[in-house]
Amino acid sequence: MIDRDEVLHVARLARLKLDDGEVESMARELSGVLDHIAKIGELSLDDVPPTSHVVEVVGRLRPDEPRPCLPREVALEQAPAVAQNGFLVPSPQA
Amino acid sequence: MSAVEYEPVIGLEIHIQLATATKMFCGCELSFGEPPNTRTCPVCLGLPGSLPVANARAVHFGLMIGLALGSELAPRSIFHRKNYFYPDLPKGYQISQYDLPLCLGGQLGEVRIHRVHLEEDAAKLVHVGASGRIHGSDASIVDFNRGGTPLAEIVTEPDLRSAEAAGEWLRLLRTTMRVLGVSDVNMEEGSLRCDANISLRPAGSEQLGVKTELKNMNSFRFIERGIRAELARQEAILRAGGRVEQETLHFDPASERITSLRSKEEAHDYRYFPEPDLVPVAIDAAMLDAARDALPELPAARAERLERELGLSADSAHLLAFRAELGDYFEAALAAEVDPAPPAQALANWISGDLLARLADGQDPAESRVRPAALALLVGLADAKRVSVGAGRQVLDRLVADGGDPAAIVEAEGLAAIDGGDELAAIVAAALAAHPEAAANVRAGNAKAIGPIVGHVMRETKGRADGGAVTQLVHEQLGV
Repeated sequence: MIDRDEVLHVARLARLKLDDGEVESMARELSGVLDHIAKIGELSLDDVPPTSHVVEVVGRLRPDEPRPCLPREVALEQAPAVAQNGFLVPSPQA
Repeated sequence: MSAVEYEPVIGLEIHIQLATATKMFCGCELSFGEPPNTRTCPVCLGLPGSLPVANARAVHFGLMIGLALGSELAPRSIFHRKNYFYPDLPKGYQISQYDLPLCLGGQLGEVRIHRVHLEEDAAKLVHVGASGRIHGSDASIVDFNRGGTPLAEIVTEPDLRSAEAAGEWLRLLRTTMRVLGVSDVNMEEGSLRCDANISLRPAGSEQLGVKTELKNMNSFRFIERGIRAELARQEAILRAGGRVEQETLHFDPASERITSLRSKEEAHDYRYFPEPDLVPVAIDAAMLDAARDALPELPAARAERLERELGLSADSAHLLAFRAELGDYFEAALAAEVDPAPPAQALANWISGDLLARLADGQDPAESRVRPAALALLVGLADAKRVSVGAGRQVLDRLVADGGDPAAIVEAEGLAAIDGGDELAAIVAAALAAHPEAAANVRAGNAKAIGPIVGHVMRETKGRADGGAVTQLVHEQLGV
Protein backbone atom coordinates (compact mmCIF):
# COMPACT_ATOMS: atom_id res chain seq x y z
CA MET A 1 0.00 0.00 0.00
CA ILE A 2 1.56 3.32 -1.02
CA ASP A 3 1.44 5.96 1.65
CA ARG A 4 -0.43 9.21 1.90
CA ASP A 5 2.65 11.39 1.20
CA GLU A 6 3.31 9.60 -2.04
CA VAL A 7 -0.28 10.09 -3.19
CA LEU A 8 -0.08 13.80 -2.33
CA HIS A 9 3.24 14.10 -4.19
CA VAL A 10 1.81 12.53 -7.36
CA ALA A 11 -1.32 14.65 -7.03
CA ARG A 12 0.80 17.77 -6.81
CA LEU A 13 2.79 16.80 -9.92
CA ALA A 14 -0.53 16.42 -11.75
CA ARG A 15 -1.86 19.64 -10.17
CA LEU A 16 -4.79 17.75 -8.61
CA LYS A 17 -6.37 18.77 -5.34
CA LEU A 18 -7.59 15.78 -3.36
CA ASP A 19 -9.57 15.79 -0.15
CA ASP A 20 -8.79 13.33 2.63
CA GLY A 21 -11.29 10.75 1.42
CA GLU A 22 -9.89 10.93 -2.12
CA VAL A 23 -6.33 10.53 -0.86
CA GLU A 24 -7.47 7.38 0.92
CA SER A 25 -9.24 5.87 -2.09
CA MET A 26 -6.43 6.91 -4.49
CA ALA A 27 -3.89 5.18 -2.26
CA ARG A 28 -5.97 2.00 -2.52
CA GLU A 29 -6.49 2.25 -6.28
CA LEU A 30 -2.89 3.14 -7.12
CA SER A 31 -1.67 0.31 -4.90
CA GLY A 32 -3.89 -2.04 -6.84
CA VAL A 33 -2.31 -0.91 -10.11
CA LEU A 34 1.18 -1.26 -8.71
CA ASP A 35 0.41 -4.72 -7.35
CA HIS A 36 -0.77 -5.77 -10.78
CA ILE A 37 2.44 -4.45 -12.39
CA ALA A 38 4.48 -6.24 -9.73
CA LYS A 39 2.65 -9.45 -10.67
CA ILE A 40 3.72 -9.00 -14.31
CA GLY A 41 7.23 -8.36 -13.03
CA GLU A 42 7.30 -11.93 -11.72
CA LEU A 43 7.29 -13.26 -15.27
CA SER A 44 10.60 -14.06 -16.90
CA LEU A 45 10.67 -11.49 -19.71
CA ASP A 46 14.41 -11.11 -20.30
CA ASP A 47 14.07 -12.04 -23.96
CA VAL A 48 11.07 -9.81 -24.63
CA PRO A 49 11.85 -6.28 -25.82
CA PRO A 50 9.89 -3.59 -23.97
CA THR A 51 6.76 -2.45 -25.72
CA SER A 52 7.03 1.28 -26.29
CA HIS A 53 4.20 1.43 -28.80
CA VAL A 54 1.12 -0.70 -29.20
CA VAL A 55 1.38 -0.74 -32.97
CA GLU A 56 4.93 -1.32 -34.17
CA VAL A 57 5.24 1.11 -37.07
CA VAL A 58 8.48 2.94 -37.75
CA GLY A 59 9.99 5.47 -40.07
CA ARG A 60 7.15 7.90 -40.67
CA LEU A 61 8.93 11.24 -40.92
CA ARG A 62 7.74 14.53 -42.33
CA PRO A 63 9.62 16.39 -45.09
CA ASP A 64 11.00 19.72 -43.85
CA GLU A 65 8.51 21.79 -45.83
CA PRO A 66 6.62 24.77 -44.43
CA ARG A 67 2.86 24.62 -44.09
CA PRO A 68 0.54 27.53 -43.39
CA CYS A 69 0.34 28.74 -39.80
CA LEU A 70 -2.83 29.82 -38.03
CA PRO A 71 -3.80 33.47 -38.28
CA ARG A 72 -2.97 35.01 -34.93
CA GLU A 73 -6.59 35.96 -34.20
CA VAL A 74 -7.54 32.31 -34.57
CA ALA A 75 -4.65 31.14 -32.39
CA LEU A 76 -5.58 33.58 -29.64
CA GLU A 77 -9.34 33.01 -29.93
CA GLN A 78 -9.32 30.12 -27.46
CA ALA A 79 -7.19 31.90 -24.87
CA PRO A 80 -8.94 32.78 -21.59
CA ALA A 81 -6.96 36.03 -21.49
CA VAL A 82 -4.91 37.90 -24.08
CA ALA A 83 -2.45 40.79 -23.80
CA GLN A 84 0.05 42.29 -26.23
CA ASN A 85 -0.79 39.70 -28.90
CA GLY A 86 0.10 36.90 -26.52
CA PHE A 87 -1.52 34.40 -24.17
CA LEU A 88 -1.81 36.05 -20.78
CA VAL A 89 -1.07 33.63 -17.94
CA PRO A 90 -0.42 33.94 -14.21
CA SER A 91 3.30 34.36 -13.68
CA PRO A 92 4.89 31.00 -12.86
CA GLN A 93 7.15 32.85 -10.43
CA ALA A 94 4.28 34.36 -8.50
CA MET B 1 48.87 22.29 7.94
CA SER B 2 48.83 22.29 4.17
CA ALA B 3 45.57 23.27 2.52
CA VAL B 4 43.65 20.73 0.47
CA GLU B 5 43.85 21.33 -3.25
CA TYR B 6 40.54 21.01 -5.05
CA GLU B 7 40.07 19.82 -8.60
CA PRO B 8 37.15 21.17 -10.65
CA VAL B 9 34.98 18.62 -12.46
CA ILE B 10 32.82 20.12 -15.18
CA GLY B 11 30.39 18.65 -17.66
CA LEU B 12 28.34 20.59 -20.18
CA GLU B 13 24.82 20.27 -21.57
CA ILE B 14 24.45 22.15 -24.81
CA HIS B 15 21.24 22.89 -26.65
CA ILE B 16 21.62 23.64 -30.32
CA GLN B 17 18.78 25.03 -32.38
CA LEU B 18 18.74 23.09 -35.63
CA ALA B 19 18.73 25.06 -38.88
CA THR B 20 15.68 23.40 -40.36
CA ALA B 21 13.00 25.30 -42.25
CA THR B 22 10.18 24.07 -40.02
CA LYS B 23 9.58 23.05 -36.42
CA MET B 24 10.37 19.65 -34.91
CA PHE B 25 6.89 18.17 -35.05
CA CYS B 26 4.84 20.47 -37.28
CA GLY B 27 5.12 22.41 -40.52
CA CYS B 28 5.30 25.89 -38.95
CA GLU B 29 8.28 27.86 -40.19
CA LEU B 30 10.94 28.69 -37.59
CA SER B 31 10.67 32.20 -36.23
CA PHE B 32 13.34 34.89 -36.43
CA GLY B 33 11.81 37.83 -34.66
CA GLU B 34 8.36 37.68 -36.27
CA PRO B 35 5.48 39.30 -34.37
CA PRO B 36 4.37 37.14 -31.42
CA ASN B 37 2.17 34.11 -32.08
CA THR B 38 2.30 34.27 -35.86
CA ARG B 39 4.15 30.97 -36.25
CA THR B 40 1.75 28.55 -34.62
CA CYS B 41 -0.58 25.73 -35.51
CA PRO B 42 -2.72 23.24 -33.56
CA VAL B 43 0.33 20.96 -33.04
CA CYS B 44 2.71 23.50 -31.51
CA LEU B 45 -0.14 25.11 -29.54
CA GLY B 46 -0.90 21.70 -28.06
CA LEU B 47 -4.56 21.76 -29.13
CA PRO B 48 -6.52 18.58 -28.44
CA GLY B 49 -6.62 16.11 -31.31
CA SER B 50 -3.50 17.41 -33.06
CA LEU B 51 -0.74 14.92 -33.81
CA PRO B 52 3.01 15.50 -34.08
CA VAL B 53 5.12 14.08 -36.94
CA ALA B 54 8.92 14.24 -36.66
CA ASN B 55 10.87 16.42 -39.08
CA ALA B 56 13.06 14.26 -41.34
CA ARG B 57 15.68 16.98 -41.71
CA ALA B 58 16.04 17.35 -37.93
CA VAL B 59 16.72 13.62 -37.71
CA HIS B 60 19.21 13.97 -40.60
CA PHE B 61 21.01 16.79 -38.75
CA GLY B 62 21.01 14.68 -35.57
CA LEU B 63 22.68 11.86 -37.44
CA MET B 64 25.29 14.23 -38.90
CA ILE B 65 26.08 15.47 -35.39
CA GLY B 66 26.38 11.88 -34.17
CA LEU B 67 28.70 10.95 -37.03
CA ALA B 68 30.85 14.05 -36.46
CA LEU B 69 31.18 13.20 -32.76
CA GLY B 70 31.85 9.52 -33.39
CA SER B 71 28.71 8.48 -31.54
CA GLU B 72 26.95 5.18 -31.78
CA LEU B 73 23.78 5.82 -33.78
CA ALA B 74 20.70 4.07 -32.50
CA PRO B 75 19.11 1.92 -35.21
CA ARG B 76 15.82 2.57 -33.45
CA SER B 77 15.20 5.49 -31.14
CA ILE B 78 12.02 6.71 -29.55
CA PHE B 79 10.60 9.96 -28.25
CA HIS B 80 9.43 10.34 -24.67
CA ARG B 81 7.16 12.76 -22.90
CA LYS B 82 8.91 14.77 -20.21
CA ASN B 83 6.07 15.90 -17.99
CA TYR B 84 5.96 19.19 -16.11
CA PHE B 85 3.59 22.12 -15.89
CA TYR B 86 4.91 25.46 -17.02
CA PRO B 87 3.18 28.06 -19.18
CA ASP B 88 5.87 27.84 -21.88
CA LEU B 89 4.80 24.25 -22.50
CA PRO B 90 1.24 24.08 -23.84
CA LYS B 91 0.85 20.30 -23.67
CA GLY B 92 2.05 19.92 -20.09
CA TYR B 93 4.99 17.91 -21.41
CA GLN B 94 7.97 18.38 -23.68
CA ILE B 95 8.61 15.82 -26.38
CA SER B 96 12.20 14.73 -25.80
CA GLN B 97 14.20 11.52 -25.79
CA TYR B 98 15.03 9.44 -22.75
CA ASP B 99 16.52 5.96 -22.68
CA LEU B 100 16.78 5.45 -26.44
CA PRO B 101 18.38 8.68 -27.74
CA LEU B 102 19.46 9.11 -31.34
CA CYS B 103 23.21 9.05 -30.54
CA LEU B 104 25.13 7.48 -27.66
CA GLY B 105 28.75 8.09 -26.68
CA GLY B 106 31.41 9.72 -28.80
CA GLN B 107 34.21 12.20 -28.35
CA LEU B 108 35.19 15.68 -29.47
CA GLY B 109 38.72 16.82 -28.72
CA GLU B 110 39.61 15.63 -25.23
CA VAL B 111 36.01 15.45 -24.04
CA ARG B 112 33.84 12.36 -24.17
CA ILE B 113 30.26 12.74 -25.30
CA HIS B 114 27.60 11.04 -23.19
CA ARG B 115 24.68 11.34 -25.58
CA VAL B 116 22.93 13.45 -28.20
CA HIS B 117 19.15 13.58 -28.44
CA LEU B 118 16.45 15.52 -30.24
CA GLU B 119 13.70 17.50 -28.60
CA GLU B 120 11.41 20.49 -29.02
CA ASP B 121 12.09 23.94 -27.63
CA ALA B 122 9.69 25.62 -25.21
CA ALA B 123 7.80 28.83 -25.99
CA LYS B 124 8.98 32.25 -24.88
CA LEU B 125 7.62 33.82 -21.72
CA VAL B 126 7.63 37.55 -21.26
CA HIS B 127 7.07 38.56 -17.67
CA VAL B 128 5.06 41.70 -17.12
CA GLY B 129 5.13 43.80 -13.99
CA ALA B 130 2.74 44.03 -11.08
CA SER B 131 1.09 47.05 -12.66
CA GLY B 132 -1.01 44.66 -14.79
CA ARG B 133 -4.72 44.25 -14.39
CA ILE B 134 -4.35 41.09 -12.31
CA HIS B 135 -4.02 42.93 -9.03
CA GLY B 136 -1.34 41.93 -6.60
CA SER B 137 0.27 39.26 -8.69
CA ASP B 138 2.55 39.46 -11.70
CA ALA B 139 1.49 38.01 -15.03
CA SER B 140 3.32 36.59 -18.02
CA ILE B 141 2.65 36.63 -21.74
CA VAL B 142 3.34 33.55 -23.82
CA ASP B 143 4.65 33.77 -27.40
CA PHE B 144 4.51 30.34 -29.03
CA ASN B 145 6.62 31.24 -32.10
CA ARG B 146 9.67 29.49 -30.63
CA GLY B 147 7.65 26.60 -29.16
CA GLY B 148 8.43 23.40 -31.06
CA THR B 149 11.72 24.57 -32.61
CA PRO B 150 13.98 21.53 -33.10
CA LEU B 151 16.85 21.22 -30.65
CA ALA B 152 19.73 18.80 -30.40
CA GLU B 153 20.86 18.39 -26.80
CA ILE B 154 24.49 17.34 -26.50
CA VAL B 155 25.58 16.08 -23.08
CA THR B 156 29.26 15.62 -22.27
CA GLU B 157 30.91 13.41 -19.69
CA PRO B 158 32.42 15.40 -16.76
CA ASP B 159 35.81 15.62 -18.46
CA LEU B 160 36.57 19.34 -18.22
CA ARG B 161 38.86 20.62 -15.47
CA SER B 162 38.69 24.41 -15.67
CA ALA B 163 36.46 27.27 -16.76
CA GLU B 164 38.92 28.15 -19.52
CA ALA B 165 38.96 24.57 -20.83
CA ALA B 166 35.16 24.58 -20.87
CA GLY B 167 35.12 27.81 -22.91
CA GLU B 168 37.78 26.52 -25.28
CA TRP B 169 35.97 23.22 -25.81
CA LEU B 170 32.67 24.97 -26.39
CA ARG B 171 34.33 27.01 -29.15
CA LEU B 172 35.49 23.78 -30.76
CA LEU B 173 31.96 22.41 -30.55
CA ARG B 174 30.54 25.59 -32.04
CA THR B 175 33.00 25.51 -34.95
CA THR B 176 32.23 21.85 -35.55
CA MET B 177 28.48 22.51 -35.62
CA ARG B 178 28.94 25.55 -37.85
CA VAL B 179 31.08 23.58 -40.29
CA LEU B 180 28.44 20.83 -40.27
CA GLY B 181 25.87 23.46 -41.19
CA VAL B 182 23.31 22.03 -38.77
CA SER B 183 22.86 25.23 -36.75
CA ASP B 184 23.66 28.94 -36.67
CA VAL B 185 25.17 28.27 -33.21
CA ASN B 186 24.84 31.89 -32.19
CA MET B 187 24.83 32.29 -28.41
CA GLU B 188 23.59 35.88 -28.46
CA GLU B 189 20.58 34.85 -30.53
CA GLY B 190 19.98 31.76 -28.43
CA SER B 191 20.69 29.13 -31.08
CA LEU B 192 23.46 27.78 -28.82
CA ARG B 193 22.68 27.53 -25.11
CA CYS B 194 24.84 25.98 -22.47
CA ASP B 195 24.32 24.66 -18.93
CA ALA B 196 27.27 23.51 -16.84
CA ASN B 197 27.36 20.81 -14.15
CA ILE B 198 30.03 21.83 -11.70
CA SER B 199 31.62 20.16 -8.71
CA LEU B 200 34.89 20.12 -6.78
CA ARG B 201 36.76 17.17 -5.34
CA PRO B 202 40.04 16.87 -3.46
CA ALA B 203 42.84 16.59 -6.04
CA GLY B 204 43.66 12.96 -6.67
CA SER B 205 40.26 11.71 -5.59
CA GLU B 206 38.30 9.58 -8.03
CA GLN B 207 35.00 10.27 -6.35
CA LEU B 208 32.77 13.05 -7.64
CA GLY B 209 31.70 15.85 -5.32
CA VAL B 210 28.16 17.23 -5.05
CA LYS B 211 27.38 19.10 -8.25
CA THR B 212 25.37 22.17 -9.00
CA GLU B 213 23.85 23.05 -12.35
CA LEU B 214 24.54 26.52 -13.72
CA LYS B 215 21.78 27.38 -16.18
CA ASN B 216 21.51 29.06 -19.53
CA MET B 217 24.62 31.13 -19.89
CA ASN B 218 24.33 33.04 -23.12
CA SER B 219 27.82 34.12 -24.09
CA PHE B 220 31.26 32.56 -24.08
CA ARG B 221 32.54 35.26 -21.74
CA PHE B 222 29.75 34.63 -19.25
CA ILE B 223 30.24 30.89 -19.35
CA GLU B 224 33.85 31.13 -18.27
CA ARG B 225 33.10 33.83 -15.70
CA GLY B 226 30.04 31.96 -14.41
CA ILE B 227 31.95 28.71 -13.97
CA ARG B 228 34.83 30.53 -12.27
CA ALA B 229 32.40 32.24 -9.88
CA GLU B 230 30.66 28.96 -9.04
CA LEU B 231 33.97 27.15 -8.49
CA ALA B 232 35.02 29.95 -6.12
CA ARG B 233 31.67 29.75 -4.30
CA GLN B 234 31.95 25.98 -3.84
CA GLU B 235 35.57 26.19 -2.72
CA ALA B 236 34.69 28.80 -0.08
CA ILE B 237 31.91 26.52 1.24
CA LEU B 238 34.19 23.48 1.37
CA ARG B 239 37.08 25.37 3.00
CA ALA B 240 34.71 26.62 5.69
CA GLY B 241 33.82 22.99 6.41
CA GLY B 242 30.38 23.28 4.80
CA ARG B 243 28.60 21.14 2.25
CA VAL B 244 27.65 22.05 -1.29
CA GLU B 245 23.95 21.56 -1.92
CA GLN B 246 22.75 20.03 -5.14
CA GLU B 247 20.73 22.78 -6.82
CA THR B 248 20.11 24.71 -9.99
CA LEU B 249 21.78 28.10 -10.14
CA HIS B 250 21.68 31.26 -12.16
CA PHE B 251 24.70 33.46 -12.84
CA ASP B 252 24.05 37.17 -13.21
CA PRO B 253 26.93 38.54 -15.30
CA ALA B 254 26.21 42.13 -14.29
CA SER B 255 26.67 41.54 -10.56
CA GLU B 256 28.76 38.33 -10.81
CA ARG B 257 26.29 36.92 -8.29
CA ILE B 258 25.04 33.35 -8.26
CA THR B 259 21.47 32.77 -7.15
CA SER B 260 19.43 29.65 -6.62
CA LEU B 261 16.68 28.95 -9.15
CA ARG B 262 13.55 27.25 -8.08
CA SER B 263 13.41 24.16 -10.21
CA LYS B 264 10.47 23.76 -12.56
CA GLU B 265 9.47 20.54 -10.87
CA GLU B 266 10.57 19.26 -7.53
CA ALA B 267 13.30 16.65 -7.67
CA HIS B 268 13.07 16.59 -11.47
CA ASP B 269 10.18 14.21 -11.23
CA TYR B 270 9.45 14.29 -14.93
CA ARG B 271 7.72 10.89 -15.18
CA TYR B 272 9.05 10.14 -18.63
CA PHE B 273 7.07 7.70 -20.72
CA PRO B 274 7.14 6.80 -24.43
CA GLU B 275 5.29 9.37 -26.57
CA PRO B 276 2.34 7.34 -27.89
CA ASP B 277 1.64 9.88 -30.65
CA LEU B 278 4.98 9.32 -32.38
CA VAL B 279 6.24 6.11 -33.91
CA PRO B 280 9.84 5.05 -33.24
CA VAL B 281 12.49 6.50 -35.54
CA ALA B 282 14.23 3.73 -37.44
CA ILE B 283 17.52 4.71 -39.03
CA ASP B 284 17.94 2.86 -42.30
CA ALA B 285 20.95 2.58 -44.61
CA ALA B 286 19.70 5.33 -46.91
CA MET B 287 19.43 7.82 -44.01
CA LEU B 288 22.91 6.89 -42.78
CA ASP B 289 24.38 7.24 -46.27
CA ALA B 290 22.72 10.63 -46.71
CA ALA B 291 24.16 11.82 -43.38
CA ARG B 292 27.63 10.49 -44.24
CA ASP B 293 27.56 12.10 -47.68
CA ALA B 294 26.60 15.43 -46.14
CA LEU B 295 29.59 15.46 -43.74
CA PRO B 296 32.12 18.14 -44.63
CA GLU B 297 35.75 18.11 -43.54
CA LEU B 298 35.74 18.61 -39.76
CA PRO B 299 38.12 20.91 -37.88
CA ALA B 300 40.44 18.21 -36.52
CA ALA B 301 40.81 16.64 -39.98
CA ARG B 302 41.34 20.05 -41.56
CA ALA B 303 44.11 20.95 -39.10
CA GLU B 304 45.83 17.66 -39.87
CA ARG B 305 45.56 18.25 -43.64
CA LEU B 306 46.83 21.85 -43.46
CA GLU B 307 49.83 20.65 -41.49
CA ARG B 308 50.54 17.64 -43.69
CA GLU B 309 49.81 19.00 -47.17
CA LEU B 310 50.86 22.62 -46.81
CA GLY B 311 53.54 22.23 -44.17
CA LEU B 312 51.89 24.78 -41.85
CA SER B 313 53.03 24.94 -38.24
CA ALA B 314 50.77 23.10 -35.80
CA ASP B 315 49.63 26.41 -34.26
CA SER B 316 48.71 27.95 -37.63
CA ALA B 317 46.93 24.80 -38.79
CA HIS B 318 44.96 24.66 -35.52
CA LEU B 319 43.91 28.29 -35.69
CA LEU B 320 42.81 28.13 -39.32
CA ALA B 321 40.93 24.87 -38.86
CA PHE B 322 39.24 25.76 -35.57
CA ARG B 323 38.17 29.17 -36.78
CA ALA B 324 36.65 27.89 -39.97
CA GLU B 325 36.07 31.38 -41.40
CA LEU B 326 39.82 32.05 -41.19
CA GLY B 327 40.57 28.70 -42.80
CA ASP B 328 38.12 29.40 -45.62
CA TYR B 329 39.69 32.80 -46.20
CA PHE B 330 43.18 31.30 -46.13
CA GLU B 331 42.30 28.61 -48.65
CA ALA B 332 40.58 31.12 -50.92
CA ALA B 333 43.69 33.33 -50.84
CA LEU B 334 45.96 30.37 -51.48
CA ALA B 335 43.86 29.34 -54.47
CA ALA B 336 44.00 32.83 -56.02
CA GLU B 337 46.26 33.01 -59.04
CA VAL B 338 48.65 35.80 -58.19
CA ASP B 339 52.23 36.49 -59.21
CA PRO B 340 54.33 36.25 -57.16
CA ALA B 341 52.43 33.55 -55.28
CA PRO B 342 52.64 33.64 -51.47
CA PRO B 343 54.12 30.75 -49.49
CA ALA B 344 51.43 29.05 -47.39
CA GLN B 345 53.03 29.69 -44.00
CA ALA B 346 53.68 33.37 -44.75
CA LEU B 347 50.06 33.76 -45.84
CA ALA B 348 48.84 32.05 -42.65
CA ASN B 349 51.06 34.38 -40.57
CA TRP B 350 49.73 37.51 -42.27
CA ILE B 351 46.14 36.38 -41.72
CA SER B 352 46.51 35.37 -38.08
CA GLY B 353 48.75 38.34 -37.25
CA ASP B 354 48.47 41.54 -39.24
CA LEU B 355 45.05 41.03 -40.81
CA LEU B 356 43.23 39.87 -37.64
CA ALA B 357 44.78 42.72 -35.65
CA ARG B 358 43.17 45.18 -38.08
CA LEU B 359 39.67 43.63 -37.95
CA ALA B 360 37.02 43.92 -35.29
CA ASP B 361 37.07 41.16 -32.66
CA GLY B 362 35.59 38.03 -34.20
CA GLN B 363 35.01 39.64 -37.62
CA ASP B 364 35.07 37.28 -40.59
CA PRO B 365 37.82 38.52 -42.96
CA ALA B 366 35.59 37.52 -45.89
CA GLU B 367 33.32 40.37 -44.80
CA SER B 368 36.20 42.86 -44.77
CA ARG B 369 37.30 44.92 -47.77
CA VAL B 370 40.44 42.85 -48.20
CA ARG B 371 39.76 40.35 -50.95
CA PRO B 372 41.58 37.02 -50.48
CA ALA B 373 43.41 37.51 -53.80
CA ALA B 374 44.57 40.97 -52.70
CA LEU B 375 46.07 39.62 -49.51
CA ALA B 376 47.66 36.75 -51.44
CA LEU B 377 49.38 39.21 -53.79
CA LEU B 378 50.51 41.45 -50.93
CA VAL B 379 52.08 38.48 -49.11
CA GLY B 380 53.64 37.33 -52.41
CA LEU B 381 55.17 40.79 -52.96
CA ALA B 382 56.48 40.89 -49.40
CA ASP B 383 57.93 37.41 -49.70
CA ALA B 384 59.68 38.36 -52.96
CA LYS B 385 61.00 41.44 -51.11
CA ARG B 386 59.33 43.70 -53.64
CA VAL B 387 57.79 45.47 -50.68
CA SER B 388 59.31 45.55 -47.23
CA VAL B 389 57.38 44.18 -44.28
CA GLY B 390 56.84 47.70 -42.98
CA ALA B 391 55.56 48.98 -46.31
CA GLY B 392 53.43 45.84 -46.66
CA ARG B 393 51.70 46.75 -43.40
CA GLN B 394 50.97 50.22 -44.76
CA VAL B 395 49.46 48.63 -47.87
CA LEU B 396 47.36 46.37 -45.65
CA ASP B 397 46.10 49.43 -43.74
CA ARG B 398 44.88 50.81 -47.06
CA LEU B 399 43.34 47.50 -48.12
CA VAL B 400 41.42 47.23 -44.82
CA ALA B 401 40.21 50.82 -45.12
CA ASP B 402 39.35 50.99 -48.81
CA GLY B 403 39.96 47.63 -50.46
CA GLY B 404 41.66 47.67 -53.84
CA ASP B 405 44.69 46.14 -55.48
CA PRO B 406 47.94 45.98 -53.51
CA ALA B 407 50.15 46.40 -56.59
CA ALA B 408 48.31 49.59 -57.52
CA ILE B 409 48.60 50.91 -53.94
CA VAL B 410 52.34 50.18 -53.91
CA GLU B 411 52.67 52.04 -57.22
CA ALA B 412 50.51 55.00 -56.25
CA GLU B 413 52.07 55.48 -52.82
CA GLY B 414 55.63 54.86 -53.94
CA LEU B 415 55.97 51.99 -51.47
CA ALA B 416 58.03 49.67 -53.67
CA ALA B 417 61.03 48.27 -51.87
CA ILE B 418 64.30 50.07 -52.38
CA ASP B 419 66.64 47.37 -53.59
CA GLY B 420 70.08 46.95 -52.10
CA GLY B 421 71.68 49.22 -54.80
CA ASP B 422 73.27 52.66 -54.80
CA GLU B 423 70.23 54.57 -53.57
CA LEU B 424 69.98 52.54 -50.38
CA ALA B 425 73.78 52.51 -49.93
CA ALA B 426 73.77 56.32 -49.93
CA ILE B 427 70.99 56.44 -47.30
CA VAL B 428 72.87 53.94 -45.14
CA ALA B 429 76.05 56.01 -45.42
CA ALA B 430 74.11 59.08 -44.29
CA ALA B 431 72.66 57.13 -41.36
CA LEU B 432 76.12 56.02 -40.26
CA ALA B 433 77.34 59.60 -40.41
CA ALA B 434 74.37 60.74 -38.31
CA HIS B 435 75.00 58.10 -35.62
CA PRO B 436 78.79 57.91 -35.15
CA GLU B 437 78.52 56.45 -31.64
CA ALA B 438 76.22 53.61 -32.71
CA ALA B 439 78.46 52.96 -35.73
CA ALA B 440 81.50 52.69 -33.44
CA ASN B 441 79.69 50.26 -31.16
CA VAL B 442 78.65 48.06 -34.09
CA ARG B 443 82.20 48.08 -35.36
CA ALA B 444 83.35 47.05 -31.88
CA GLY B 445 81.11 43.98 -32.12
CA ASN B 446 77.91 45.10 -30.36
CA ALA B 447 75.31 43.83 -32.83
CA LYS B 448 72.39 45.36 -30.91
CA ALA B 449 73.77 48.86 -31.36
CA ILE B 450 72.57 48.81 -34.97
CA GLY B 451 69.03 49.83 -33.90
CA PRO B 452 69.26 53.63 -34.29
CA ILE B 453 71.02 53.25 -37.65
CA VAL B 454 68.34 50.97 -39.10
CA GLY B 455 65.68 53.24 -37.58
CA HIS B 456 67.21 56.21 -39.38
CA VAL B 457 67.19 54.36 -42.73
CA MET B 458 63.58 53.27 -42.26
CA ARG B 459 62.51 56.82 -41.49
CA GLU B 460 64.29 58.13 -44.54
CA THR B 461 62.79 55.43 -46.80
CA LYS B 462 59.34 55.51 -45.16
CA GLY B 463 59.76 51.85 -44.31
CA ARG B 464 60.37 50.73 -47.87
CA ALA B 465 63.84 49.30 -47.24
CA ASP B 466 64.30 45.62 -46.47
CA GLY B 467 65.67 45.18 -42.96
CA GLY B 468 68.04 42.40 -44.00
CA ALA B 469 69.46 44.43 -46.87
CA VAL B 470 70.03 47.43 -44.58
CA THR B 471 71.85 45.32 -42.00
CA GLN B 472 74.01 43.85 -44.72
CA LEU B 473 74.91 47.29 -46.09
CA VAL B 474 75.72 48.62 -42.61
CA HIS B 475 78.08 45.71 -42.02
CA GLU B 476 79.69 46.17 -45.45
CA GLN B 477 80.24 49.87 -45.00
CA LEU B 478 81.65 49.40 -41.50
CA GLY B 479 83.83 46.55 -42.68
CA VAL B 480 82.54 44.05 -40.14
